[in-house]
Amino acid sequence: MLSLITFAPLVGALVVLLLPKTATGAIKIVALAASVFSLLAAVCVWVRFNPSAGMMFEERWAWISALHVDYHLGVDGLSVAMVLLTGLITPLALLAHWKLTDKVKLFFLLFLLLETGMFGVFTALNFFHWFIFWELGLIPMFFLIKIWGHEERTYASFKFFLYTLAGSVAMLLAFTFLYLATHTFDLIELRQMAARGELMNHIAALVGKLGLPVDPGWFASLLFWGVFLGFAIKVPIWPFHTWLPDAHTQAPTGGSMVLAAILLKMGVYGFLRIVLPLFPVQVADHLNLLLFLAFASIVFGAFAALAQQDFKRLVAYSSVNHMGYAMLGIFATVAAAPNVADVVNEKAAALNGAMLQMFNHGISSAALFFMVGVIYERTHTRKLEDFGGLRKIIPIYAGVLGISMFSSLGLPGLNGFVGEFLIFKGAFPVVTAWTAGALLGLVVTAVFLLGMMQKVCFGPLNEKWKGIPDMSAREIFIGAVLMLFMFGIGVYPAPLLHASNHAAMGLIKIFEGAAQVIH
Amino acid sequence: MHVDWTIYVTFIGAGLVMLLPREAKTLVRWVALLTGLVGLAIALRSYFSYNDCVDSLIRKTGSGFWEIKNIAWIPALGARYHLAVDGINFPLIVLNGFVCVTGILFSWNIENRTKEFFAFFLTLIAGVYGVFMAMDLFLLFVFYELAIIPKYFIIAIWGSTRKEYGAMKLVLYSFVGSALVFIGVLAVYVAAGGRTFDILELAKHPVSANLQHWMFPLIFAGFAVLAGMWPFHTWAPTGHVAAPTAASMLLAGVVMKLGSYGCLRAAMLVFPEGLSYWRWCIAGLAVIGIIYGAAVALVQKDFKFIIGYSSVSHMGFVLLGLATLNVIGMSGAVLQMFSHGIVASLLFAVAGRMVYDRTHTRQLDELGGLAKIIPFACVTFVIAGAASMGLPGFSGFVAEIQILAGAFEMNPWLAVGAAVSIPITVAYILNANNKVFMEKDEAGHGHTETAHAHPLPPITVPEKVAGVILMALLVIIGLYPSIMLNMIQKNVALFVGGLR
Repeated sequence: MLSLITFAPLVGALVVLLLPKTATGAIKIVALAASVFSLLAAVCVWVRFNPSAGMMFEERWAWISALHVDYHLGVDGLSVAMVLLTGLITPLALLAHWKLTDKVKLFFLLFLLLETGMFGVFTALNFFHWFIFWELGLIPMFFLIKIWGHEERTYASFKFFLYTLAGSVAMLLAFTFLYLATHTFDLIELRQMAARGELMNHIAALVGKLGLPVDPGWFASLLFWGVFLGFAIKVPIWPFHTWLPDAHTQAPTGGSMVLAAILLKMGVYGFLRIVLPLFPVQVADHLNLLLFLAFASIVFGAFAALAQQDFKRLVAYSSVNHMGYAMLGIFATVAAAPNVADVVNEKAAALNGAMLQMFNHGISSAALFFMVGVIYERTHTRKLEDFGGLRKIIPIYAGVLGISMFSSLGLPGLNGFVGEFLIFKGAFPVVTAWTAGALLGLVVTAVFLLGMMQKVCFGPLNEKWKGIPDMSAREIFIGAVLMLFMFGIGVYPAPLLHASNHAAMGLIKIFEGAAQVIH
Repeated sequence: MHVDWTIYVTFIGAGLVMLLPREAKTLVRWVALLTGLVGLAIALRSYFSYNDCVDSLIRKTGSGFWEIKNIAWIPALGARYHLAVDGINFPLIVLNGFVCVTGILFSWNIENRTKEFFAFFLTLIAGVYGVFMAMDLFLLFVFYELAIIPKYFIIAIWGSTRKEYGAMKLVLYSFVGSALVFIGVLAVYVAAGGRTFDILELAKHPVSANLQHWMFPLIFAGFAVLAGMWPFHTWAPTGHVAAPTAASMLLAGVVMKLGSYGCLRAAMLVFPEGLSYWRWCIAGLAVIGIIYGAAVALVQKDFKFIIGYSSVSHMGFVLLGLATLNVIGMSGAVLQMFSHGIVASLLFAVAGRMVYDRTHTRQLDELGGLAKIIPFACVTFVIAGAASMGLPGFSGFVAEIQILAGAFEMNPWLAVGAAVSIPITVAYILNANNKVFMEKDEAGHGHTETAHAHPLPPITVPEKVAGVILMALLVIIGLYPSIMLNMIQKNVALFVGGLR
């Protein structure tokens, strides 16, 4: 089932490859059909998913016997929502480019390849092919930015590629060492070893065997930072975020949607799937630094967004800010808080909130980038000062933008609120000072989002834009689907929380000393 | 027909081509292609039958060698005609077959002295087949020299850009290298009692440690020159640039592997003591070469020079893997030999055949916007480039991750040093891709206008076929490395076990 989801877009890409360049209609339909097929399959998985069953839909085949690598897929509470999100956002992003006329075939081909990569990251359970998928997202995204991007696309695409790859190399080195120490790339096996405390012994044994003149604990920290760097760049966590504003701003609309909605989540997911389970001791050791980085992402991201004059860049910085909240929730799980009464519940709230925030940000950032794209198509400018008063001439647009903005801002009743509320509720008793500091970010978030709304939709109308059309039926459809989720989750978040809760408890147990074998 | 027939068939093909009339160019091409295909078919068939029986072979004989021929040749010297294959040279034999076939396809357009070109080309291929199978140092040396001579003529006659200089430099370096090897071979022959040149025999009765300490570097350096080890690499970029496409493919794809294979088979197997004495030095030079090659490639302005230096960098990975002396690192090195053979062939095919033959320039600043005009070349370059930067899913990744693991086991700094080159590789590949294939953004003074003014001929069918074959290999080995890694690993394990 998971292989089907993952490779359906690849099959679609092959079909697109065989179609003639001029058959743009057929290309678009094939691409959409393939991604919708994956979406339906992802919905099936979601419906049949049983949160308390642990890893589900597992597939495992021997693959490279010389390196003990298995082809191993599965979903659990950490990944199932992400699979659904990927399935949902990709067709919408394709729809956003339905009117594309420039190099249609290549665009849809690359997008489908990208989708396979994204699904693969969320389903793969063996580092070896997980890494294949992780990097598979890079090349299509590079070309999406490079070919269909805006004025600074060359710089942005290079920066995106080099940053991500540099992080991947650090991660690869760390995993190479882990492989030497344990002879496995299997993420679940590594997690079990770490839970039993064997991983550290393996590392110490190898450090001893190599005769390295370092303390094994120090070396394990080094490995941790290697892996951390790979994911921190992807999330991105301050100060590794500088590729993001460029890449997001320069990417075509669909590229930005997917980049913000899903590629960033790959980084956060890496923390949940790999960093926390494999390096519990190291995360706990460096907790204050990590919390500071999350805090800095929130606050600096928010202030940077506040200072932007460019509509798209503002939304891009808001991603740094929002991912900071998710990281705060995740790191709060790690903190030791002996004085807190019901610490497991608080941590569960924070972690479930973080996972919900991942999904929510996927919805709201996709919506915001889409709305930026809609207005850019009509006005060919992204400067905030060029807009103003748009609600008078394009009211539907203003309405959808308003709701997306409030979703991103965390207005109660919309999806963003639930996630952020849970994060703050859970993190506050556990890591009080950092959470209190992050509240400052929350205020600034509200300021820059409201300011954006005001500059775009309110105030005096720029006469230049008189006569621009409002959203078309296709665009309204995309907005409506996303709004459906904003309202739906805002009112009834239980299914997502229910799905993630069991896995969240599993992670929390690692840090609460319940040293039983998880999963 | 056993795998040694690859040698004979290719020699016969070369002879046949010589006998054909000068004007029958099409016939010459087809005869050459057919020869290449037959050689490849023989190599592949034996490869898979070896792959099936490697386990039982090792269980039965305790060694992975598949003896082909072992007959007395020059009894007075004790030189024997000894050919054998195992999991270490089989991938390289298959590689040679693939590069031969695709090289002929990429040379389909050669009009100047077609007959001589293909005759030299096939002779070179046959010599390389011989080197990869020879288990007797004397025989190995003969085949090795046999491969150098056609190389010179191919570059000097059909080359471009300072071809005489490039050809002369390459041949001088090769001869210096082979002179070193020759001295080393004679020394070990004498020291071992003057009875045999047989590698396996010599390995069984190694000479004393003191002798090994100075004999090993002679033979190793001699072969390492050919492998492009820093600081003996300078022939490689100029030679590659001067050579015609098929020859650069062969040089970077196969001849450099000849060097690293010689290091492995002749130097390392025969001198285990010398190896452990010198291996830190080798590893250090390898890492310098890895970073240096990548850094120099980054600042090149000539498309082919970029690829030339990238070969130096990637061959550094091979040498590093060999120096690790552990199973995982050395398996990675052997796989990297195969993988880089394919990648380099493909990159040179793009730079030399697809781009240079059409635009007659290789300056990055003069090129640009070619993706629109010859999209196939762009796709090929992107895939080969991705494999070159070690992106997972391609063969290079499987090889490099093992080399990194092996280097880690030797000393983590080596692995870190080698890994530094990966982002640099990404940068120069992206840079080349950008300048050659993408539209010039701002300045606008790209080659694009000139290209539009003189429309470039489209990519031909032979080019497409050859390109697809090589790209498919990259992906097949990348996604299912077991097909090659199993035999490599088992034999490397025996090799490493034998050293201890």
